[in-house]
Amino acid sequence: MTTRFLTKQKKITMKKSGLLMIVGSLLLLGLFIYPLWNIQLGAPQYPDPLGMDIYITGIQGEGEFDIQNIDGVNHYIGMKKIPKPEDMWEFATFPIIIIGMVALGVIIGLFGFLGKISHNWFLGWFLLMMVLGILGMYDFNSWLLDYGTDLNPNAILNMTDADGNPLSYKPPMLGTAKILNFTASSYPRMGAYAMFVGMFLTLVAWWIGKSATKGRS
Amino acid sequence: MFVFASLLVSCGGDKSDKKSGALAGNAAERVYVAPGEHDEFYAFLSGGYSGNLLVYGLPSGRMLKEIPVFSQFPTNGYGYSEETVPMLNTSFGFVPWGDAHHPDISQTNGELDGRWIFINENNTPRIARISLETFETEEIIEIPHSAGNHSSSFITENTEYVVAGTRFAIPYPQEDIAIDQMKGNFKGPLTFIAIDDKGKMKIDFQLKMPGFNYDLSHPGRGDSHGWFFFTTYNTEEAHTLLEVNASQNDKDFIAAINWKKIQEYVRNGGGEEIDAEYAHNVFDHATQKATTTMVNKVLTVDPRDVKGAVFFMPTPKSPHGCDVDPSGEYIVGNGKLSTDLTVHSFSKMLKAIENEDFDGEAYDIPILNFESTLAGTVKNGGLGPLHTEFDGKGNAYTTFFISSEVVKWKLGTWEVLDRQPVYYSVGHNMIPGGNSRKPFGKYMIAMNKITKDRYLPTGPEMEHSAQLFDISGDKMELLLDFPTHGEPHYAAGIPADLIKSKSKKIYRLDENKHKYAAKNESETKMVREGNEVHVNMTTVRSHFSPDNLEGIKVGDKVYFHITNLEQDFDVPHGFAMIGANTAGLLIDPGQTKTITWEPKKAGVWPFYCTDFCSALHQEMQGYIRVSAKGSDIPLKWSLD
Repeated sequence: MTTRFLTKQKKITMKKSGLLMIVGSLLLLGLFIYPLWNIQLGAPQYPDPLGMDIYITGIQGEGEFDIQNIDGVNHYIGMKKIPKPEDMWEFATFPIIIIGMVALGVIIGLFGFLGKISHNWFLGWFLLMMVLGILGMYDFNSWLLDYGTDLNPNAILNMTDADGNPLSYKPPMLGTAKILNFTASSYPRMGAYAMFVGMFLTLVAWWIGKSATKGRS
Repeated sequence: MFVFASLLVSCGGDKSDKKSGALAGNAAERVYVAPGEHDEFYAFLSGGYSGNLLVYGLPSGRMLKEIPVFSQFPTNGYGYSEETVPMLNTSFGFVPWGDAHHPDISQTNGELDGRWIFINENNTPRIARISLETFETEEIIEIPHSAGNHSSSFITENTEYVVAGTRFAIPYPQEDIAIDQMKGNFKGPLTFIAIDDKGKMKIDFQLKMPGFNYDLSHPGRGDSHGWFFFTTYNTEEAHTLLEVNASQNDKDFIAAINWKKIQEYVRNGGGEEIDAEYAHNVFDHATQKATTTMVNKVLTVDPRDVKGAVFFMPTPKSPHGCDVDPSGEYIVGNGKLSTDLTVHSFSKMLKAIENEDFDGEAYDIPILNFESTLAGTVKNGGLGPLHTEFDGKGNAYTTFFISSEVVKWKLGTWEVLDRQPVYYSVGHNMIPGGNSRKPFGKYMIAMNKITKDRYLPTGPEMEHSAQLFDISGDKMELLLDFPTHGEPHYAAGIPADLIKSKSKKIYRLDENKHKYAAKNESETKMVREGNEVHVNMTTVRSHFSPDNLEGIKVGDKVYFHITNLEQDFDVPHGFAMIGANTAGLLIDPGQTKTITWEPKKAGVWPFYCTDFCSALHQEMQGYIRVSAKGSDIPLKWSLD
């Protein structure tokens, strides 16, 4: 469909849809300002819990020295130190992927706004983002699993379960769980919410675009 | 000769057990601070002959901390560590003990501001300043040409000055003279120490007053700001059997000092610099070390040279506390050997000065006419008045030592409103802010001198007792009875909210500029300088680095410089070395502290962490190999 065949009403709707697509994509930039996820670690002797904010560019402590102190208590059970940005490929790659998707989304939105492409491209973007998101969560989860199970064999505290198998200290990806004397709470933060809202807006953009080209002329 | 006071309750008549049970229950609720909750007020009580400052919470009466000030404190190494030994230096050398009496919290415009708390040393005259962020002693200044620093350490209402005053008249300067030549020859210097906006103290001038005993003092406030009032006793100038001979005169004096006039006089070049010898010790937070500076001059001012600056107000009889009400108008002379309580008026005093309404002079200082300065008299308050605090609602609370009670009376009408017994023989009382323009009139504590049967017996020597009263109503209500450490002579209280958020949690490692700090395990080392061996060590949960040391010989002086690498709240580490003739160390996160050890025998000697820091605290230990003198075992240090 080209612009010539769309009525004025439909053109306005396509403009709205395109705009929503652009705004939705831009919201992903929130990931560069706000943390994506957060894991809090409370314990009886830590009434004021330790916590780490996970950004797509790296991990930062909630309190100035929280990472240092989390590493300090982790060394007893043989956990590795919390990775620095240069230690994980994810912290270099994810920002690039996000910027790429933002750029792609904005371009698609712009073309949609100008009526040059169909709203189905918006859906395409949304589906691609979903896939990347799921891949990202899968990667995050396997990193958490590795972090919680790849322990120093000479660890000071070597806990085993009833069957003699070594305990896993994997923090939950989503939710609250007890790990020895610590209560770990893992939940998304503003960065993730910005991404979810942004993605939702792109879906709405596709839906609005769909209604613009259906039936009426 | 006791005046017994009955417990007053809102409804009169006989008290049944049920009633007192209900009252007791009510009191318990009002002092109960539930687990996990905090007290409403900080109360800083002087430790008396412990030499330290005690921190209590009100209303629970729980002791929160003992802050070392004038005495060695082996608990954490204060006065033993290389960094803090200089704090206790004086012109008499290193003095390991002091007698701490009267704490006073800094004020701005007559209101508590909670930056620092000052406290005096009564024996070797000194004043200390303690930070209310770290709750540690930061500075101690000695007072030259003085003795018995008792009428101290009270601040002016904008913390311009903190004063010192000698309780014992002495030769000025000291000289060999027959004791019975005291009268007229001994002097009673009053010292004004300026405080800058960082809290740093510096003696501005010393007023060479007649040789009376200067007991206590308080600043003027509001309209009387610029004046300072000191009670004197022994205006008889007796030098022996003072118990009798200093109690002969019907009246002694309140010395009214216009320090603003003297400050101006000094700024215009007045006063005379004379020789002195006193120590000024300052703890630097960056280098984490105290340094002693010996000062050898002091500016002395003869009160007769500054016209209109110094006057004497007669007041009955061997007065103790000199207390100024929140408005600054009323000055209470608590004449401990009198049955009545005399209150002077500042505005009447000014009029008497203006009209030259004098009644003679003492050593050329005008004595004001007693009747002309009188505001009123509280009749038959009790026996042995010592000290008065104020609640900011127009009421005053005076302690009576001999009749063992606190009496509440009204300013202006001088009528007694209430009296409550205390157990036993109260010295000073304290209302938070009760010595300022803005008292917080909810609680009052009475600090007593005699404990006897108040608590479970603990042998002949007991801690002093204190009682907490609710003074928010018409009558005082006894809420709590709690023991206090050392001897609280006086106290200063402040609402917790004013200072609790400023309390430091850790010391930042990146601000640590200690000469021997090791901020990383890779910076640890041993260095030999002749027969001194300097060990730069670190501690962290749960090991020392290094923990194996070799190459030390008998006859060496080993300096352990230990840095706590933690940056987490409440993770101190301790350090103890077998047979050390010093003490242990307690090192807070981010700090570096040093203790010395002089090994006398060859062998392998262990050291360990003394403060339970972690699950593996028992494993925090190390070994030191000491070889015979003259051996050539090289220095070697390692961890794992």
